[in-house]
Amino acid sequence: MLKKLTIAMALTLGLAASGAMAAGKTGEVTDYDFSFEGPFGTFDQQQLQRGLKVYTESCAACHGMKFVPIRTLGDEGGPNLPDDQVRAYAAMLEVYDESIRDFRTATPTDHFPESNLENAPDLSLMAKARAGFSGPYGSGINQLVRGMGGPEYIASLLNGYTGEIREEAGAVLYENKAFPGGWISMAPPLEDGWIEFDDGHANDLESMSKDVAAFLMWTAEPKMMARKQAGLTGVLFLTVLAVLLYLTNKRLWAPIKARAKQRKD
Amino acid sequence: MSGIPHDHYEPTSAREKWLHRRLPIVGLLYDTLMIPTPKNLNWMWIWGIVLTFTLVLQIATGVVLAMHYVPHVDRAFASVEHIMRNVNGGHMIRYVHMNGASLFFAAVYAHIFRGLYYGSYKAPREVTWIIGMLIYLLMMGTAFMGYVLPWGQMSFHGTAVITGLFGAIPFVGESVQTWLLGASAVGQPALNRFFSLHYLLPFVIAGLVIVHIWAFHTTGNNNPTGVEVRRTSKEEAERDTLPFWPYFVIKDLFALAIILLVFFAIVGFMPNYLGHPDNYIEANPLATPAHIVPEWYFLPFYAILRAFDGDVWVVIAVEWITFGIVDAKFFGVLAMFGALVVMALAPWLDTSSVRSGRYRPAFKWFFAVLVIDFFVLMWAGAMPAEGIYPTIALIGSAYWFAYFLVILPLLGIFEKPLSQPATIEDDFNAMYANKGSTSGAPAMSPAE
Repeated sequence: MLKKLTIAMALTLGLAASGAMAAGKTGEVTDYDFSFEGPFGTFDQQQLQRGLKVYTESCAACHGMKFVPIRTLGDEGGPNLPDDQVRAYAAMLEVYDESIRDFRTATPTDHFPESNLENAPDLSLMAKARAGFSGPYGSGINQLVRGMGGPEYIASLLNGYTGEIREEAGAVLYENKAFPGGWISMAPPLEDGWIEFDDGHANDLESMSKDVAAFLMWTAEPKMMARKQAGLTGVLFLTVLAVLLYLTNKRLWAPIKARAKQRKD
Repeated sequence: MSGIPHDHYEPTSAREKWLHRRLPIVGLLYDTLMIPTPKNLNWMWIWGIVLTFTLVLQIATGVVLAMHYVPHVDRAFASVEHIMRNVNGGHMIRYVHMNGASLFFAAVYAHIFRGLYYGSYKAPREVTWIIGMLIYLLMMGTAFMGYVLPWGQMSFHGTAVITGLFGAIPFVGESVQTWLLGASAVGQPALNRFFSLHYLLPFVIAGLVIVHIWAFHTTGNNNPTGVEVRRTSKEEAERDTLPFWPYFVIKDLFALAIILLVFFAIVGFMPNYLGHPDNYIEANPLATPAHIVPEWYFLPFYAILRAFDGDVWVVIAVEWITFGIVDAKFFGVLAMFGALVVMALAPWLDTSSVRSGRYRPAFKWFFAVLVIDFFVLMWAGAMPAEGIYPTIALIGSAYWFAYFLVILPLLGIFEKPLSQPATIEDDFNAMYANKGSTSGAPAMSPAE
């Protein structure tokens, strides 16, 4: 019993400590619900397509996604765009080609362009790189139990502008409740109704923020659905294996234990 | 092997005899697999199999990752993303490898604390213990260098901090640091050599694992009572032991299946939970992360490293005595490595004649505090070095050293041990005496 407690404690504290490493000065992050949370959560294909549109029409003005191949927009478990749309999307983009030392029209095998601005970070992995704020007390319990992570941060950030502006050393800073430190140099990138969706989906700030946050979760973790599937298969297989081994072990030791009992009697 | 009387392999067919005269490899494997094992081993004796499996898992996944990884400062991060996005099954292989390191350390800590509680380090198993400590040290080196390879922010700045420790050595520190990194700062030479060593060291570990197994197969396993197997006759030995195959192999495999179940749940559903988000940002020498923290398995020793700052009186005293040669930074480094050294010296620091903690009433409590202390240090190591945390880390570090240097030597003198069972057979029989109904069906119970 003592040992089981020890193991349980080891796991709890070990996990808590790892979450705690991620602790830092954090802003207010809202726990939005996303379709991909939890062991069985999946990406919402429609949402990813809307998020792609928000990314293209707003974020891409400054930010890039140099690790994401354009062709993966057609992947199952992703936005799942038809081939002709992927090709048409690529044709809108310009990428730098080292072999001709010039920009040219992109093809689906190219990656998304890099950031246009020096201080606009690449967004490919942002949803994973910003997953480390979760509390309480840096324990990571929010991340574990409520599935809070990078997408919540991104959506909170886009919703977090208060409208206050100040100038500091020649740079304009915008107050943002979600940003660590409270002042961010990115101007509010979205406002209610800025982007129209073809299917007439709600385009208020909050729902657009969630759409683009979901999209960025997909760019950061494009194989999430395949991974969860593999995890589930592994867990089921190992459950069966463990039961069989348990029964084998029980049967194997039964005569030995019976003899031990007799000897003692 | 093992000095415990038991049946040895006898070649029967002509072919077996032919081979046996030339290379007794079948006999070696047979004797290794059929080694007499104390029948009262409990569930804390399963970690060896878990560790062996994890080593093989890490080497297998690592070899595949190395086929796609590029050890170049401009391409390392992108090549990892290539593995995650384009390589068939690459995301699973990488996540298994990444979380495999955590599994490895979780298992090794359970294994080490098992040894500390049941006195597995005591005579005649000191060499097994020392080899084990060497394996643990190499594991830390391997894990550290592996963490550098994705070339994320934490990889880069963590390397700068850890190699900086060597820079704290008086007089030669800077040269040593430059020699380790192959340059004055972390860069291409460091990444390339860490990749090379990260590939090499696991095979050194595998070699040492064989020596580790050889050593304890020579002395025989310890067991929860710490009482030795009777060796006067084969009949007596057989009443204390069972062959490793099939009894313990099946039992260990069952435990392994349960542990892998948890492991695959983590890999499948929350693979980044144990990692640090900052490592998904490509290394940038110009932007230092707010908190540089190592992976969870290094945290207790990281806490010890940071605990001894310039305000602690011991540090001030040592600095004064050595005319400033041992400054606070170097003292921290010494403390961190010292924490491992005192653990390695446990066989000679523990003066008690009783092996198992089960029969040591006072030891039990001190040991429980040591386990708690380990987790407290882990937590303190994760916290920023400000406010109350350095004090907590200092108290934790002090207990760690006190346990090995003061408590273990003194307990052996002052403690009155409880009476131990005469034989392993008695212990095993007593375990099942009061269990199960009288109908004859023995109750299945973990052999605890």
